[in-house]
Amino acid sequence: MTNKTVENQRLTVKMETPMPYEWSIGRYGSRFFQEIKEKSRFIGIRCPECNKVYVPPRRVCGPCFKELDELVPLPNRGKITAFSIVNYPFNDPNTGAQRPIPYTYGYIQIEGADNIFSHIINETDLDKIKVGMSVKAVFKEKDEMEGHINDIKYFDIVE
Amino acid sequence: MAQRVAIVGTGQTDHKSHRPDVSQREMIHEAVTRALKDCELSIKDIDAIIIGNMDHFESINYVDTWSVEGSGGVMKPIIKISTGGTTGASLAIGAYYYVASGMFDKVLAIGWEKNSESDTTSAIVTCSDPVWDRFSYSGAIPSLASEASAYMEQYGATQEDAARVAVRDRKNAMNNPHAHLRRPMSLEDVMNSPMLAYPIKLGDVCPRSDGACAVVLAADGVAQKITPKPAWFIASSVRHTYTWFGDSTNYNEGLVSLQRASSEAYERVGIKNPSEELDVAELYLPYTYAGLKYIEALGFCGPGEGARFVGDGHTEMDGKIPVNPSGGVISTNCIGATALLRVAEAAIQIMGKGDKRQVPDANLALATGFGGCFWSDVVILSGDRP
Repeated sequence: MTNKTVENQRLTVKMETPMPYEWSIGRYGSRFFQEIKEKSRFIGIRCPECNKVYVPPRRVCGPCFKELDELVPLPNRGKITAFSIVNYPFNDPNTGAQRPIPYTYGYIQIEGADNIFSHIINETDLDKIKVGMSVKAVFKEKDEMEGHINDIKYFDIVE
Repeated sequence: MAQRVAIVGTGQTDHKSHRPDVSQREMIHEAVTRALKDCELSIKDIDAIIIGNMDHFESINYVDTWSVEGSGGVMKPIIKISTGGTTGASLAIGAYYYVASGMFDKVLAIGWEKNSESDTTSAIVTCSDPVWDRFSYSGAIPSLASEASAYMEQYGATQEDAARVAVRDRKNAMNNPHAHLRRPMSLEDVMNSPMLAYPIKLGDVCPRSDGACAVVLAADGVAQKITPKPAWFIASSVRHTYTWFGDSTNYNEGLVSLQRASSEAYERVGIKNPSEELDVAELYLPYTYAGLKYIEALGFCGPGEGARFVGDGHTEMDGKIPVNPSGGVISTNCIGATALLRVAEAAIQIMGKGDKRQVPDANLALATGFGGCFWSDVVILSGDRP
């Protein structure tokens, strides 16, 4: 799964595994990855009707059915709203191989956003993780970034 | 003007973890013949068919076409409906729309799944957005586990509170000859079962079952000639939230789709106090914590009161509102059939055909479907013609 250059205006994610699909990320989604690479921060988008800020940014607010265009820079920090430590093996349809376990699947409220961002939290010890804890995104080195959700390595607990 | 609609017959397989004795078509055929036998009709009497299962599961698409010898759909109007976990309820509601429209008088709805012939988790992962969600998403269990983690934090509910839901459903399954897991579980059994994804243990979550369910619906005037006690549709409601996982997971508001769907259905029928007025509920509770949280969304009790409501026995067979006399999803989960089984079991209660799992004099029954990014379907059936 690679993008040769993140600087391209319209990024796609391409699978090179035996399922040859290619999915468009869209204008604002591409910008999300470009912002991570250029400024090590997130970018969201505000709905002019309900005022909600969505991250990752997308072109339409579902409930209002309105087109969005007001991008809002957001810090790479947030709070855990829910999590689960995945402890059973399964085949990952992205790779065809077994997903490495255990890992922590987390929902994170990014500071300044109204929806919730799903990603991986870098803590699998149940005694060290709790709903409400503050977390910070850890990014890949810039020259390793591919315009892919993996450009965010994981979120670290900062309390 | 829409026609009134009733369920006049139901059929289901004897659900198991693995049915190597039948092909998918043959398993579908089993449920269909049982449903037709239940209402003493032949396949020639059926005007149209709606069938569904989970997309991507058995790796055979277009079930409406390849299954016709099993469904009875040869040279009949047949379509497929597939809406994830809610597929079965969508099948029932779609068939209801079909008959209500006046286009067809007798319609067959069929839901099925052969989980043993699919890679359930990998298939479910493909329902998530390939750019944003798929890399971290790991199927139904962790997304439900995340919901549970937030619920426990919000209301102080414990793993033991949740385990009581499994104890209840697995006890009820003993009375259902069709149920997959017919072995009771104690609170200790659930608590001691292996942790799959905190806080969900093996005993907290539904199995993967092979099975099928078929339901026959008929129009007013036709239904009464088929059976002395049809189960009348008096309300249905469907609510979908977002498709981005992060957008549908503001868990602290409760299960919003079920709140909206059920309140719309209650309003249509004039139900003000559901736990007092409903006689029985067959709920799509895919894991134990749903048995606490989703009954709050349904208004059986207030927010955060689910654990006490269940703990006080109000959802037992002799309680205020018996929940899942069939043993529910925690005992049987042939996914594309699961929500149709909820509707079928609600109809069985109204028709008085529940045998050992019958709630005495049940006349008003609720069935729900649950799926995907926390969306909900609701059906209310009554013994009284609307």
